[in-house]
Amino acid sequence: MSDLKLRKLDLSRLPGGRRWVISVPYAWLLVFFLLPFIIVAKISFATAELAIPPYSAMFEWVNNALTIRLNLDSYLWLFSDDIYIHAYWNSIRIAFNSTVLCLLVGYPMAYAIAKAPARVQATLLLLILLPSWTSFLIRVYAWMGLLSNSGIINSFLMWLGVIGDPIQMLNTDFAVYIGVVYAYLPFMILPLYANLVKHDPTLLEAANDLGARKWTTFFRITLPLSKNGIIAGSMLVFIPVVGEYVIPELLGGAETVMIGKVLWQEFFNNRDWPVASALAVLMILILIVPIILFHRYQSKELNS
Amino acid sequence: MSRRRFSLSTLCFWLGIVFLYAPMLVLIVYSFNSSRLVTVWAGWSTKWYGELFRDEQLMTAVWRSFQVAFYAATAAVLIGLLASVVMVRYTRFKGRTLFSGMITAPLVMPDVVIGLSMLLLFVAAAQTIGWPPHRGLLTVWIAHTTFCIAYSTVVISSRLREMDQSLEEAALDLGAPPLTAFFKVTLPIIAPSILSAWLLSFTLSLDDVVIASFVTGPGATTLPIEVFSSVKLGVTPKVNALATIIIGIVSMVALGSWFVSRRMDERHKASLRMAAGA
Repeated sequence: MSDLKLRKLDLSRLPGGRRWVISVPYAWLLVFFLLPFIIVAKISFATAELAIPPYSAMFEWVNNALTIRLNLDSYLWLFSDDIYIHAYWNSIRIAFNSTVLCLLVGYPMAYAIAKAPARVQATLLLLILLPSWTSFLIRVYAWMGLLSNSGIINSFLMWLGVIGDPIQMLNTDFAVYIGVVYAYLPFMILPLYANLVKHDPTLLEAANDLGARKWTTFFRITLPLSKNGIIAGSMLVFIPVVGEYVIPELLGGAETVMIGKVLWQEFFNNRDWPVASALAVLMILILIVPIILFHRYQSKELNS
Repeated sequence: MSRRRFSLSTLCFWLGIVFLYAPMLVLIVYSFNSSRLVTVWAGWSTKWYGELFRDEQLMTAVWRSFQVAFYAATAAVLIGLLASVVMVRYTRFKGRTLFSGMITAPLVMPDVVIGLSMLLLFVAAAQTIGWPPHRGLLTVWIAHTTFCIAYSTVVISSRLREMDQSLEEAALDLGAPPLTAFFKVTLPIIAPSILSAWLLSFTLSLDDVVIASFVTGPGATTLPIEVFSSVKLGVTPKVNALATIIIGIVSMVALGSWFVSRRMDERHKASLRMAAGA
């Protein structure tokens, strides 16, 4: 109701003001966020050429005839070589597994913060967030020193005498999982906490009074109620990890083929812009459903 | 009701905190190692810090990155403030779905996709309209501003949504023009969120390596690009020293802004109580 009143005021007292407020961010995002994707889609239908820029034109005006060339080579190429399909599959697998790991580690942590006394919750949350404000690159880098063959974990285990030779940890999928969970854990905890803290404690008391055990209460009440938080947190981890480049590059090995790394190589090493664009288009197609899911649950959560 | 002080979830929480902080503590300790071999301890030394500050290439990159981050954060907060007003107050207009989609999508969109698409835009624009003339700090600034707008909007709009709108309505009822009401009433209330949005944007811009690698040009290497290329070759004590400085600065700024925004909040609540009492 108050919303309606304000809207009326805005319109009557400041003609054009509303349009101006909308148009500045709208125009910026249209030009610098949406338009680039259209250009990526366009270039994915071009062929690579030794020119500046290194791709063929889509529209040509020769002898009063407009020629539109949609070249499907890049897409056919992606499906003809196993490495690309393998890279997509591998990225989705790693992203899915690390989302589950983040959820398993993050849920109890978010639960502990939400159950803590109200006055310390902000401090506990700060403890979780503080590492994520320092450089992402440095946090990933920190694990290189810990996991390498001559690194601290291996040296320590060898000093203890548990192992004779160092275990290969760096440049494996294991290291990628560690890096992803380490870097993305706060993104899982935040939405989970925001959801858990809003739960009505009287529901749990009612279950308790009716004789439900602690774990039964958790699985029958708390877990189903936190569905929106789980989905938001999972999407916040899953979607960026599918396209992750820095973590597999620094911690993964030669066999850790992920789509972000392949796209980077196609672009920077092979200078094949159309194939890189086609890779990006397919990645967006894979991620569009999770992104819409995330968007829907985020707005639901905000409006509740 | 029986209440155990130490539950399973509390144990998980503190184990998680150890997991989050231990690697950084190790990094900080080893930045004071005098040995070039990062895994062998050879006594305390601050020589890597000295070498770090003598590395002119790195210092120029630091300065460049600070400039880009400053301007990107400022632009993102200004546009994000407008976008927040749109998201919270203008609930119905043509193209709102697209607008809110464009606000959320950059939050999760993989960096490689944003970087590639931005670069292709700049290349296509340079080809058709001759602008931007060359890629460098300007293009990095535009790219960073774009994804920081999304984060700023999320931070500012959540505060705007929570605020008591009746305060603003009171000002309007008392005859304040909408703009005056906004600057005198709304802006002070959401100021803490604007500060945190600015700081978040600043750190995000300072941290980005993937998008900047795509859109930058010759002679505009930012700090993360510089660090990334040296880190790819392995762990070096100089990078440990740099990491320690970054962790130190970020922790101080984060703690500082946290206290400031808490104080601002408390003062604001106190003044509201006084106003209610008077």
